[in-house]
Amino acid sequence: MSTDNAPADTLTRKATADRTAARNRARAASGRGPGWRALGYVPMVVLALFFLFPLVFMLVSSLKPDAQILSDIDSPQAFLPVGDISLANYAGVFDRVPVARFLINSVLVTVLIVGLGLVVNSMAGFALSRLEWSGRKLVLTVVIATLIVPFETIAIPLVYWVSKLPTIVFENGLPMYDFGWLNSYHVQIFPFIANAFSIFLFTQYFSTIPPSLDEAARIDGASWFTIYRRIIVPLSGPAFATVAILTFLPAWNQYLWPLMVVQQEELRPVMVGVQYFFQINPAWGEVMAYTSIITLPVLVMFLAFQRAFVSSIASSGVKG
Amino acid sequence: MTVPTQQIAPHALPDPERPTTSRERRRARSARQGHRAAYGMVAPASFLLLMFLIIPVLLAFGLSFTNARLISPNPPRFVGIDNFVRAFTSDPTFVRSLVNTFIFAAVVVPLQSALALVMAILVNRKVRSVTLFRIIYFVPVVTSIVVVSVLWEFMYQRDGLINAILQAVSGGTVQGADWLNDTRTALGAIIALSIWQAVGFHMIIWLSGLQTIPEELYEAARMDGANAWQQFRDVTWPGLRSTMVFILVTITIQALGLFAQIDVMTQGGPLNSTTTLVYHAVQQGYRRQETGYGSAISLIFFVIVLVIALIQRWLTREKD
Repeated sequence: MSTDNAPADTLTRKATADRTAARNRARAASGRGPGWRALGYVPMVVLALFFLFPLVFMLVSSLKPDAQILSDIDSPQAFLPVGDISLANYAGVFDRVPVARFLINSVLVTVLIVGLGLVVNSMAGFALSRLEWSGRKLVLTVVIATLIVPFETIAIPLVYWVSKLPTIVFENGLPMYDFGWLNSYHVQIFPFIANAFSIFLFTQYFSTIPPSLDEAARIDGASWFTIYRRIIVPLSGPAFATVAILTFLPAWNQYLWPLMVVQQEELRPVMVGVQYFFQINPAWGEVMAYTSIITLPVLVMFLAFQRAFVSSIASSGVKG
Repeated sequence: MTVPTQQIAPHALPDPERPTTSRERRRARSARQGHRAAYGMVAPASFLLLMFLIIPVLLAFGLSFTNARLISPNPPRFVGIDNFVRAFTSDPTFVRSLVNTFIFAAVVVPLQSALALVMAILVNRKVRSVTLFRIIYFVPVVTSIVVVSVLWEFMYQRDGLINAILQAVSGGTVQGADWLNDTRTALGAIIALSIWQAVGFHMIIWLSGLQTIPEELYEAARMDGANAWQQFRDVTWPGLRSTMVFILVTITIQALGLFAQIDVMTQGGPLNSTTTLVYHAVQQGYRRQETGYGSAISLIFFVIVLVIALIQRWLTREKD
C-alpha cells in the first residue's frame, strides 16, 4: 500500500506546489498583494465619478430651489440632497408644461415603433432566412446596402416627401382626401417601423435554428406562417429582446425628426418638449426636474434589464 | 401539429393536374406556398423601407439638383449643379460646417475609441464588483443626448459646476472659461460631453471583442515570459483588429452626424464656431425651407459616409 501511496502523495504535493506557484504568478501579474489590488480600483473609481457626477448633480438639483443650486455649486453640497429639499420644481414643471401629454405621446410613439417593428422585421427576417423564393438575394442585398444610410442624410428629403403624402382628414364628419403628413402621430411612427438592422439581426438569428424543425412541421401540414408564429418566434426570445432594446432607445430619444415634422404642441414627444425651457433666463431647477422626469423611466428600465441591454449592444457590434 | 393550416395560402390544396406521386406533390405545394408566404411576409417591411428609406435616398439625389422648396406653389425646377457650386463658393457657413465637422470627428474618433478601450480593459479584469463599474460607465449611453446637452449647458455656465470643480481641483489657479460663448472653447466643450455620453457604448463593443480572445493565448504568452505590455501588443491588439475597424467606422459616422448637441446648446454659435454639416443642412433645408439646397448638403454628407464605409470594406477585406 505504501508503495501505492507514495506517488499519489507526491502528486498531491506537486499539485499544491503548482497551485501556490500559480497564485504567486497571478499575484505578480495583477500587482503584488492586496495593496496593489486596491490600487487597481483607483482608475475605475475615478472614471465612475466622472460618469456619475453630472447625473447626480441633475437629480439633486431638481430637488432644490434655484438660489440654493447656485450657492451650493462651490461646495460638495452640489451633489448632496441637503438644505431646502422639495418636489416644488416638479410641481412647477407640471403646472407650466404639458409634461403628461408629452410623456403619453412619447410612450405611444415608442411602443408602436418597437411593437410593430418586432412583427414587421421578424416576418421579413423569417422569409429572408428560411424560405426559398426568387428575389430573396436581391432583397437581402438591398437591406444590407441600406444599413450604411444614416438617418441624417435622408431627413431633409423625407420631410419634403411626407409633406406630399396623401392622408385622410375629417371635415364635418366626412372623410376627405388631403395631402401632407406633418403634425400627426403617424408621421412620427411609420418611417421607423421597418429597420434594416433589425431585419438583418432577425435573419442572422433565424438561420441558426435547424431547418429540420420546419420540415417536420411541413409534413404535419403547418403553413409557413404557422411555423413562424408557433416555432420560430417562441425559439427566438433573445433576438426579439435585442431588437426591442436597440429600437427602444432611439425611439424614445427622437429629436431631429419630431423637431421638423411636429409643430403642434399636443403631438410633441418629450425630447422636443425641452425647447419649452430655452429662454433667456431658464429656471434651472425646473429644467433639471424636467430632464429627470424624462430620463428616469429609461434609467429604471436599464437598471432592471441591464444584462439584456449590455448584451444587445454587444451583439450590435457583430455587424460589419 | 394540430394547428389550423393554410392561413396564408388557402388555395394550396392538392391539385389533380399536378405531379402524381405524393412526395412530388408535397414538394411542389411546399415551394408554391413558400413563395406566396415569403412575399406576404416581406411585403410590409419592403414597402415601408421603400417609402421611408429608398425613395428618400433617391429624392436626396434628385432634389439636390433642383431649387425645391418645402412649401411652394411652384414645382421644383432643375438647376444643375448650382446648389453644389453655391455650397463651396458662396456659402462660408457651409465651408465652416464642413471644417468644424471634420475637426470634431478628428478629435472624437481617436479619443473616444482609445478611452473606450482603456475602460474595456479595466472592466475585463477578474476583480470584484467589476459588473457594477460596467453598469456605471454605461449609464450615460441610455441618457438621451438632448438631456445630456441641456445638463452640460447648465454645468458649462460661467458660474457653473465645471468651473467650480476646475477651481477646486486646481486649488484656485484655473479660473475656467465661458465655455459655450467663447469661439475658442465652444467646440471643445461639445467634444467633451459627446465623448462622455457615447464612450460607454464603445467600451461594450471593445469588451465583447476582448472576450473572444482565448485565455490560452495569454497563458502561452505568460509562459514565454511576456510582460503585461507585451501581452497587450502581441495577443490583445492583433485579436481586436476587426473590432477596431468596426469601432472606428461607427464612431466616425456618429461624429459626422453631430446635430442635437449643437441645436440644444449653441445653435451653431458663437460666430459659427460650432455649426456642423447636419445642423447647416437642417437650417437651410428645413428652417429656411430650401429643400433643394438642404438636400445637396445632405448628399455631400452621405458621400463622405459612403467613402468611409468603402474604406472599412477595404480594411476588412479577406486577406487570403
